[in-house]
Amino acid sequence: MPALAVAVRQPVLLLLGAAAASGWLGLPLLRHAPNRLLSGRPLGLSALGEPGGVVVAASLALLASAFVRRSRASSWATLAAGWALVFGYLAAAGWAASDLAAHSSETARTSLGTGGWLVLLAGLLAEAEATRALRLPPLGRLAIFAVAALGLALPAALGWIDQLSLAREWRAKQDVFGDALWRHGVIVLGSLAPTLVIGLPLGFLAHRSARFRGPLLSTLSLIQTIPSIALFGLLMAPLTALGEALPFLRDIGVRGVGLTPAILALTLYALLPIVRNTVSGLDSAPASVLEAASGQGMTPAQVFFHVEAPLAAPVLLAGLRITVVQTIGLAAVAALIGAGGLGALMFQGLFANAVDLILLGAVPIVALAVTADVLFRLAVEGLRAPA
Amino acid sequence: MITFENVSRRFGDWTAVDNFSLVVEPGEILALIGPSGSGKSTLLRMVNRLIEPTAGLIRLGGEAVTNLRPEILRRRIGYAIQSVGLFPHWTVERNIATVPNLLGWSRTRIRERVSELLALLQLDETRFRGAYPHQLSGGQAQRVGVARALAGDPEVLLMDEPFGALDPITRAALQAETQRIQRQLGKTILFVTHDMDEALRLGARIAVLDRGRLARVGTPAELLADPGDPLVVELLGGDGLGLRRLTLETVASRLRPGEVAEGEPIAASAKLDDALSRMMALGADRLPVRDDAGQPLGAVRLQDFPRRTTP
Repeated sequence: MPALAVAVRQPVLLLLGAAAASGWLGLPLLRHAPNRLLSGRPLGLSALGEPGGVVVAASLALLASAFVRRSRASSWATLAAGWALVFGYLAAAGWAASDLAAHSSETARTSLGTGGWLVLLAGLLAEAEATRALRLPPLGRLAIFAVAALGLALPAALGWIDQLSLAREWRAKQDVFGDALWRHGVIVLGSLAPTLVIGLPLGFLAHRSARFRGPLLSTLSLIQTIPSIALFGLLMAPLTALGEALPFLRDIGVRGVGLTPAILALTLYALLPIVRNTVSGLDSAPASVLEAASGQGMTPAQVFFHVEAPLAAPVLLAGLRITVVQTIGLAAVAALIGAGGLGALMFQGLFANAVDLILLGAVPIVALAVTADVLFRLAVEGLRAPA
Repeated sequence: MITFENVSRRFGDWTAVDNFSLVVEPGEILALIGPSGSGKSTLLRMVNRLIEPTAGLIRLGGEAVTNLRPEILRRRIGYAIQSVGLFPHWTVERNIATVPNLLGWSRTRIRERVSELLALLQLDETRFRGAYPHQLSGGQAQRVGVARALAGDPEVLLMDEPFGALDPITRAALQAETQRIQRQLGKTILFVTHDMDEALRLGARIAVLDRGRLARVGTPAELLADPGDPLVVELLGGDGLGLRRLTLETVASRLRPGEVAEGEPIAASAKLDDALSRMMALGADRLPVRDDAGQPLGAVRLQDFPRRTTP
């Protein structure tokens, strides 16, 4: 009886639906603790009250769509279910936290439980999967990314999740957080600027001279293999010595700890993807095209700016994407040598065993990295497909 | 007009072009043929100074090419190559407009020139003007390549095996196109090929290169009547040489005026290979001949075919 046969058409959605469902079936959706250091008692679906129904419905919709053949309509439905899961859970959790806060002491905290994180993750992945399946043009994907981000940001902007522990942690640390975010940006951009200034010319030279290319790329690869903490440590001694030997350098910030070694190390790491992609981007111009370019009467500079550079741009931008995402992540480790940034919050939380503080550092790092990744991907695609 | 005066080019110990002298007349298609490694592409690329000669002089319309900066020189010379080399990030329009843009033409003049060239190469303007190279077939891409080479209205066109990578039907179409454009515009064309059929079809004259030296130069008819050099015989297909002559001579050259024969008449302008093929198919040894208007002229007999005519 083929008409009644039930078959899994989209296994990924089955997995995500099951993950979301297990989030509210067995695992704690929330945790309520008398203060920020205790892990608290787990709360299940009933704690969310009626709004929890949205979470259940969206999970079941996700599960059901796994049995439907993939189509544009089913993908839009999956997208909607994923969004409802994220938005619904955050809103419901926020409201539940407000209720709990009204009936307990000042120090009591309500935080997201394992199940809750699972629900959020499943919802976001479902959105990503549906977006991938829809094969939209870059601008359409950008719009979906914005709407997906809104699903996370809206409950926060409306004040619904003010009583969740992460939001309370953020309010308590608002000034510190602002400074840390700013500092993180300074470290990342401060490393990217010298990377581009040094990396692009190096890539150009390596493209033109095969003799130079081998040693350069293997040196840069070698640097990549040094663990970041070790590199920070290695830079500390010489920079301290340098600062002491030449006081004017110390006055402008050259020290063994702080911003200088952080930016130096991150620049060294970032050089490999930039140089490598500059080289392969320039390599990607076919010999016939270059011959035609000079054969038509372009000067060497015109060949470079009209032909080689535009053809290299998508590959270069792909390298920049890797570099930016990598640097946003690595900058967190730089907190260990006193460079500050969001990593500083993470490590404070780690040493104080305060999960919310760790998250206050980690979540923005992830958000920054994902946003940079999405934007660069779209830019690369926009460049690759002319018109 | 292109003049080669005792041109040589050495790469290390190897002599690619050896004391080569030749004049390519204004408005002539000269086919440069030879086995691979005979130096024909090197010779071509010395005209637009992608390669510089080790010795000797090349003149373009009387002026030494070394008098001009390479870029300036190249904007005056059309250049089409086998791999086409269209700029993948530019539309067909912008590709064709490469040289006009370099020459700083006005936008309206460039637009008009592109329309003109698309029409000349029989590329539909609405379909191709905004298309990107990856959307084109091999033949269309090479049409655009030729249009790009012609865009700056150069005196001279250099073509380096431009149709070598195309299928036989597309190649024949583009060869016909080249002949038509040549008749229409009267450009001087230096055409490198390793395909003797192509050289015979396109070349007003054919220059045969052998290890960097000029082995033979002459019209197709002269080469077929008297190949002289063993390499020329080989390039012409050895024992098949006689059959090639059939492709060059017309039915009119063997006409017996007033004679009557049975069957469908053949045009006097048709080539002898067509006539032979018709006879083989019909099992006949003679065919009636008509002129282009269809009026009977006489007949052609198989027994007359081997007669040696002086070209």
